[in-house]
Amino acid sequence: MIQNYYARRLGMSVFTVFAVITFSFFLIRYMPGGPMDYMIANLQQQGLSTARARELAATYTQVNPDQPVHIAYVEYLGEILTGSLGTSMWYDKPVADILIAALPWTLFVMSVSLILSFTMGILTGAVMAYRESTRLDSGGTLVSTFLTSIPYYLVAIVLLMAFAYQLGWFPTGGRFQSNLSVGWNAEFLLSVLRHGALPIMSITLTAFGGWALGMRGNSISVLGKDYLRVARLAGIPERDIVVKYVTPNAILPLYTNLMIAIGGIFGGSIILEQIFNYPGLGYYIYESINARDYPLMMGGFILITVAVVTTIFVADVTYSYIDPRAETGDSRETY
Amino acid sequence: MRPTEQLQADGNARLEDLDLTEAAESNETRWDRYRRHYDEFVRAPFLILWNDWRSRVGMLILLLYLLMGTVGVLLIEVPYTNQAERWILPFQNMQYPLGTTDTGQDLLGLIVHSTPAMLIMIGAGSVFSTVIATIVGTAAGYKGGTLDRTLMIAADTMIAIPGLALIIVIAAVIEPRNPAVVGIILSSHVWAGLARSLRSQVLTLRDDSYVEASRIMGISTPAILAKEIIPNLMPYILINFVNSARNVIFSSVGLYFLGVLPYTNLNWGVTLNSAYNSAALYRLDLVYYIIAPLVAIVLISFGLILLSQGFDRIFNPQIRAKHAESASEAAVDEGDDSSSRNVTVGQ
Repeated sequence: MIQNYYARRLGMSVFTVFAVITFSFFLIRYMPGGPMDYMIANLQQQGLSTARARELAATYTQVNPDQPVHIAYVEYLGEILTGSLGTSMWYDKPVADILIAALPWTLFVMSVSLILSFTMGILTGAVMAYRESTRLDSGGTLVSTFLTSIPYYLVAIVLLMAFAYQLGWFPTGGRFQSNLSVGWNAEFLLSVLRHGALPIMSITLTAFGGWALGMRGNSISVLGKDYLRVARLAGIPERDIVVKYVTPNAILPLYTNLMIAIGGIFGGSIILEQIFNYPGLGYYIYESINARDYPLMMGGFILITVAVVTTIFVADVTYSYIDPRAETGDSRETY
Repeated sequence: MRPTEQLQADGNARLEDLDLTEAAESNETRWDRYRRHYDEFVRAPFLILWNDWRSRVGMLILLLYLLMGTVGVLLIEVPYTNQAERWILPFQNMQYPLGTTDTGQDLLGLIVHSTPAMLIMIGAGSVFSTVIATIVGTAAGYKGGTLDRTLMIAADTMIAIPGLALIIVIAAVIEPRNPAVVGIILSSHVWAGLARSLRSQVLTLRDDSYVEASRIMGISTPAILAKEIIPNLMPYILINFVNSARNVIFSSVGLYFLGVLPYTNLNWGVTLNSAYNSAALYRLDLVYYIIAPLVAIVLISFGLILLSQGFDRIFNPQIRAKHAESASEAAVDEGDDSSSRNVTVGQ
């Protein structure tokens, strides 16, 4: 059964990537005034002949405008599956090279902040639920609510202004100090952490309140369940009750939100990395929009989707260890 | 008119009477129905919301923004470059209570005149995503089978695509200018998550006895969905409506700040961007230029969250039971068993 489930999830992930590639193909080729038209017009303005402009646009985007749709589509699929995403017009380098170098940095910042905010939120939420209706609970709820209502990029701006520009404690941009040798040495890793600290902090601070509130609500409703009363009457120690019954059952409903948050947090890298001048995936997507570098933009979009799909898949597989019932679903046709 | 004319031939006086009584009767019943609907759907929920301090504060905050977007724009001049001296500090000159910017624009004017477009964007976006999600979620959950699988594959695919990146790509290609269109594009991916959770709620509802009864009576599926299923999900839908409104604010301000969306309207994100690129980033005394749009964004978002928490407290049976004395009895008729948990997640 469980293998079956993995296979289905894997199929879903592949389908998602396929859908994104298809979407990007049609966006490039068929959007009136879209990337293809824009690029050809642009190249013509630079004094190239129409034929030459079309040819160049085809090498940039991997989509040949002179081919019939189905052949161009199959070719585009093939190119992308072999890892070739076209050539960046702005950097004049293969898109895949630029993005692959940037990807680990985005993964680093985003996964650390996701894990941090999720754990912190769950712990805070559980504590608030246990101390329900005390001052700690109401204070905590108010603070969490307030933090949740701030977009992460506003916190990013404030942190950057305060700690980087005014106080100078943290760098104002970059991934690491440029004069250090790249590798597994303490100095370099410390520099990476110092540069990543503010971006990580801005996501963690704003996201953890949401998790805390969700966890608080779920825990309170689990705490009211009859089986816990029975467990207490049976003399099961309170510690076991918390660890074995309350926490897992309260975390489970947060699962869908975790999936949505993964997508949101990676998409958010576009704004975040721009503010912190942090050259990850999002940074290049933004740069490509400014420079109208469509191949880079599409490549970034496809790669960021692959990153999100993979993360969700991993989260999904690990999750089904926690909850064996995961997504058995009830989709019998009835009415 | 024709039936009356025909009937007039038979006997004028009697028919006029009949006509009048009929009109009066139908008027009365309609009037009663309106009143009942008003009591049920407007007055009672409003009173319940007003009872909870969260939703009361939330509603007051939203009212403030509504006033700002309607009356405020009439009272305060549209800001323009060099309308005043540059860098007037806030609370110094009563003509420019929030001070002026590096280009000599009235900061309060910038904030106020951003509101109408923002409100349209929020409205269009959240209505769009909520309606799509409700249709997809209820249809999938209720019908089951192939329709369910197809719709859920679509929803799961949508969830797995990074929404903001998708929006940015779409926005960069079609450059939307109309605020309503911007709102719809910004929430074009939000429906998926909500549709999924609505579906799982419907799964628990569809085998309830009263739904089964309607089915046996041969009532059509759309009618059952509209009359039996959706009213039970209303609280949940409302909460998500408010949350998707917040989502529109977050992403629109972010994208205007980045300059991905074309600067056609004033927007807090645009103001924030010019503040960020001015001397205010380095000088503590000019920091008000950054703070003002920041407060405008956080306050409306805080108001929306409070409102959705208020909704949650009222409709959530577990919490409601605890606060039974504070909620009025009208709350009991609403929201039956649909346990609606408000899980507001940061992103």
